[in-house]
Amino acid sequence: MSTTSEVSAGELTLGAALNAGLRQAMADDESVILVGEDIGALGGVFRVTDGLRAEFGDDRVIDSLLAESGIVGTAIGLALRGYRPVCEIQFDGFVYPAFDQIVSQLAKLRARSGGRLRIPVTIRIPCGGGIGAVEHHSESNEAYFCHTAGLRVVACAGPADAHWMIQQAIACDDPVIFYEPKRRYWDKAPVEPGPVPPDAPALDQARIARPGTDVTVIAYGPTVRVALDAATVAESEGRSLEVIDLRSLSPVDFGTLTASARKTGRVVVVHEAPTFCGLGAEIAAEITERCFPLLEAPVQRVGGWNVPYPPARTEEHYLPDLDRVLDAVDVTYQY
Amino acid sequence: MTDLTDVPTTPADLGVAPMRLLGEDGELLTGAADAAVTAELTRGLYRDMVLARQFDQDAFNLQRQGELGLWLSCRGQEAAQVGSIRALRASDHVFPSYREHAAALCRGLRPAELLTQWRGTAHGGWDPGDYRFHLYSLVLSTQLLHATGYALGVAADRRREPGVDEIVLCYFGDGAASQGDANEALNWAAVTGAPLVFFCQNNQWAISTPSAAQSRTPLHVRAAGFGLTATVVDGNDVLAVHAATAAAAARVRAGGPPEFIEAITYRMAGHSTSDDPTRYRDAEEVERWERRDPLARVRLLLDARGWAGEEFHTALKEEATALSEATRAACRALTPPPLEDTFRHTLAEETAALRAERERYTEWRESFA
Repeated sequence: MSTTSEVSAGELTLGAALNAGLRQAMADDESVILVGEDIGALGGVFRVTDGLRAEFGDDRVIDSLLAESGIVGTAIGLALRGYRPVCEIQFDGFVYPAFDQIVSQLAKLRARSGGRLRIPVTIRIPCGGGIGAVEHHSESNEAYFCHTAGLRVVACAGPADAHWMIQQAIACDDPVIFYEPKRRYWDKAPVEPGPVPPDAPALDQARIARPGTDVTVIAYGPTVRVALDAATVAESEGRSLEVIDLRSLSPVDFGTLTASARKTGRVVVVHEAPTFCGLGAEIAAEITERCFPLLEAPVQRVGGWNVPYPPARTEEHYLPDLDRVLDAVDVTYQY
Repeated sequence: MTDLTDVPTTPADLGVAPMRLLGEDGELLTGAADAAVTAELTRGLYRDMVLARQFDQDAFNLQRQGELGLWLSCRGQEAAQVGSIRALRASDHVFPSYREHAAALCRGLRPAELLTQWRGTAHGGWDPGDYRFHLYSLVLSTQLLHATGYALGVAADRRREPGVDEIVLCYFGDGAASQGDANEALNWAAVTGAPLVFFCQNNQWAISTPSAAQSRTPLHVRAAGFGLTATVVDGNDVLAVHAATAAAAARVRAGGPPEFIEAITYRMAGHSTSDDPTRYRDAEEVERWERRDPLARVRLLLDARGWAGEEFHTALKEEATALSEATRAACRALTPPPLEDTFRHTLAEETAALRAERERYTEWRESFA
């Protein structure tokens, strides 16, 4: 599971890219400290913080108590003192004990103080399924946080972008919920470790992952890869899919989305979370409002079913896959 | 006469007598000299309590007059708050709950700042950096974790700069102690040795739930179980509270582990102006505590020792009257800020989406002009 071995020269896994991003952020700014369960000697259960304690010391890479509300609550205090805490929540389904601290405290303190307080806390959450995990280890809970004003919510999808995004999140003066697609931790791609290049997309910008002309497929986190695979298959069938990696889930870069929707007239949104009250519903509504006359079909949503995340042996039937994305593309041609 | 056995010690026997320096008849008890109780200190603490009570009464009245939406009275808890905050340095950081008006006034907060939240013109009302006094926390016990984190930051700063000797004090109530966050914070602080004093005002009631129904063990015993040094003090004895807090603060400042002070006090009014305390507690209990009024006890001492003459009391009365007038005027002068401000303050930099929505709102509103 090591994030720093078994990759080709110039390539990093997404996990290793995050690790390098954290290292860069810590080297750049002494006020950046990491807090989380088992992130020190163990390097985190996914090894994303591997080696950072040895490099920066246990003052800056802090093994927390096993108390999620405590992780976020003390991070708020540390931020008030001038630090930039980066919290690791061990698994997506473990974030709920910290819910009040995130949505009622972290998200609100800036507005409550009339803009006087700055709470630059980043909360890293490994998200989503696909790794055969037990319950509470495969959830996509982004909608809860997107619904809360005062938080930024982002999701990385690939190694190079993850490397920059984690640095941008840490440098941001707002609280950031930072989703890491856990089934993509071992995906590899070329990464040049270092500071964020000036031409990298900003933290709140979407990115066109693959240009196309016929259908816009909007995805984020783990489903960007699914959408790209679907685009490859669709191409062989004569359809050109434009895949957009949303990156920022709150705020949403509707400018990029609607420009694409106006071009293609057909839109499919893909995410792992259940569709009911999910981010796809918001995106569909907003695109419909803005582009209605230009749409050839209603915006389609492909997501997890509206059931609790199922047992691991059935998750392949729950997770949106290439076929479900292509089916949704087909639907957009039936109007 | 002082009657320690008569002090309610719910939920169970405290196991120890609360620390006291001032008898119920206003006499100084053993230990007062060690605690350096002087005329000047006593006069100062008394003044702060008188002004706090005046302010609290005005705010209560303003609520009844429809000027405030809600008020959470601190009547009866003046000694616990004034005694503790006056034992700190101005450079120490304070994390309050939501009833710490007396402590806030001691920190220099203006009446208008304290009234904003209850008048509905802001959710905060002051700059925490200006007073080293954090915003009120309405969700119970969340601030214990914020205080712990802040104290961990102080500790980290200390390791970098040995001159840093600030400490953190965090207020909360007996009801808040039932929350998970309180228990996480007490444990976290104990394990990490954060430079922090937890100050629990056990005012006997969590809205309508008595202490006895909230905990099988006294709170300081629970704190000790986490490994915190725990002190129990008569929370209606401002001199004892001051001495206990000063001692705890000194130990923490010197690098000692975090401390826990349980001040046994009483909330004379309801939880808020919205509840009716006569529905859940009997008049006899309230009268019993009325006889332990923290202000009256100090007044007896001041008079008995000749530490404050008529001139002092007259001047203080004038000061209270001036505060009262200022409070009422400040309250009525508080007007709501434009909603646009909230859009601007939601994130560090207003996003395109927020800006667009703000402009839509402004346009809609101005269409009525």
